[in-house]
Amino acid sequence: MTISRKDIEKVAVLARIRVDEEQVSALEKDLGNILDLVDQLGAADTANVEPLAHPLDAVQRLRKDEVTETNQREAFQAIAPATEDGLYLVPRVIE
Amino acid sequence: MHNKSVAELSRELERGEISSVELTQQFLDRIKQEDGRFNSFITLTEEQALADAKAADEQRAAGNATPWTGVPFAHKDIFCTNGVRTTCGSKMLENFVPPYDATVTENFRKAGAVCLGKTNMDEFAMGSSTESSYFGATTNPWGLGEGEKRVPGGSSGGSAAAVAARLVPAATATDTGGSIRQPAALCGITGLKPTYGRVSRYGMIAFASSLDQGGTMARTAEDNALMLNVMAGFDPKDSTSIDRAVPDYTATLNEPLKGLKIGLPKEYFSDQLSPTMEEQVRNAVKEYEKLGATVKEVSLPNAKLAIAAYYVIAPAEASANLSRFDGARYGYRCDDPKDLMDMYTRTRAEGFGTEVKRRILVGTYALSAGYFDAYYLKAQKVRRLIQQDFINAFKEVDVLMSPTSPSPAFVQGEKTNDPVTMYLEDIFTIAVNLAGVPAMSVPAGFVNGLPVGLQIIGDYFSEARLLNAAHQFQQVTDWHQREPQ
Repeated sequence: MTISRKDIEKVAVLARIRVDEEQVSALEKDLGNILDLVDQLGAADTANVEPLAHPLDAVQRLRKDEVTETNQREAFQAIAPATEDGLYLVPRVIE
Repeated sequence: MHNKSVAELSRELERGEISSVELTQQFLDRIKQEDGRFNSFITLTEEQALADAKAADEQRAAGNATPWTGVPFAHKDIFCTNGVRTTCGSKMLENFVPPYDATVTENFRKAGAVCLGKTNMDEFAMGSSTESSYFGATTNPWGLGEGEKRVPGGSSGGSAAAVAARLVPAATATDTGGSIRQPAALCGITGLKPTYGRVSRYGMIAFASSLDQGGTMARTAEDNALMLNVMAGFDPKDSTSIDRAVPDYTATLNEPLKGLKIGLPKEYFSDQLSPTMEEQVRNAVKEYEKLGATVKEVSLPNAKLAIAAYYVIAPAEASANLSRFDGARYGYRCDDPKDLMDMYTRTRAEGFGTEVKRRILVGTYALSAGYFDAYYLKAQKVRRLIQQDFINAFKEVDVLMSPTSPSPAFVQGEKTNDPVTMYLEDIFTIAVNLAGVPAMSVPAGFVNGLPVGLQIIGDYFSEARLLNAAHQFQQVTDWHQREPQ
């Protein structure tokens, strides 16, 4: 299984990782090799096999709808790159 | 002092032969003198450690001690520590100071243990050599005399090297595909990956959530048991944590092994294993026979597909987990972003290292439209086949034994340019994570002066039996006591 330059550019956008032009060839080779490794899966007969998501097939627990956490906005915002008036600052989205 | 186990140090503290402040200072001094050679610590928390040691001495004096009160140890830098930076080996979290404790951190704090610092690791736990850390590679204390520096294994290579070099008697670690067992093997120490769900993942920075499991590293099986006593247990803050009683793991260490049924998976004694490694592992199995165990060959027919399934599932889950690092709320942000997209893409390009980006891209690809069924769903089905192999094997035998790694510690730089070669390091450990069963690595000999690990795999929640088997082996062998030059 090969992965094309176009695939890599598309996946990089989906993953929100900037990939510079000169990195694409190395990624083409590395990701191609990883996908070759992964292609062994095709040989397995998985007809009528249920996918396994949790090794003990546990399901998500529900808890009572009660407030258990206290507001720690200040502690969390203290470690943010940029905040103002209790809000997280990011570059302008709407002109 | 530095050669003593957690159990021995605990007894000396109990008898008042030494104070925690003295002990903590001795280990801190040793780290400062020795760790320049190994780079096993990212952060040393000297002031906090001495304050905690003082508090521990007061607890002991007041008669409120646990076995851990005043005993020094270290945390892998993947466990959040309130007020102490937690980097996960990444530039992305270089200055991240969590405002809360992981449950594992909290448990050790409550037990009165004294954390000396945070140990080095592959970035976001993705690696088998602790070379991908943003804070530089960790060097294995073994094999230094040969003039070549060897890897300690990974991703918990900092914890393993620190324990092997006697910088701490014990350290926490995590295992997603072998990250406790393989470094334990390469550094000649004892490590345990518990059953998935046994130890809380809350506050343990996520890599692949359906595989990640926190665990233990120390020189003896007994110390691993003491650690697991503190770490194991149900946690409502972790939605995959299992609500099941926790035994005292030290209580059954001395059970005789007579009648223990050992299975040797033939797929793990294949031509991928060097003959010298195989000899050491077979000798270890013979020791078990002397202790009254019986041995038979078993088969894990789908084990050969484990690496392929893992390298879909783990990157897919990583790509989702690591989407939280966006430069908005915490962690690294690029300089002067020109718009939101530029902030995301440059923050992530600059904040993540090569291997992490590689895995995010593979995972994103495997989950993208048109590929989900062919990759992720297929891998999850193969995962069930692999699990079924273990279920079938444990109908016949009590434990499985194999080598932990295909070869001993390799030279730094040898495998960094070829990700797939590095991935094959975990060929004997990965299936265990996919099945979710517990497994240990126990020192079992040497090849060319480098440690060899014996992997012992058990059925779900059989940690006590694994620790018992490892402890009995350590009563008749001294591989775990050997000290690097």
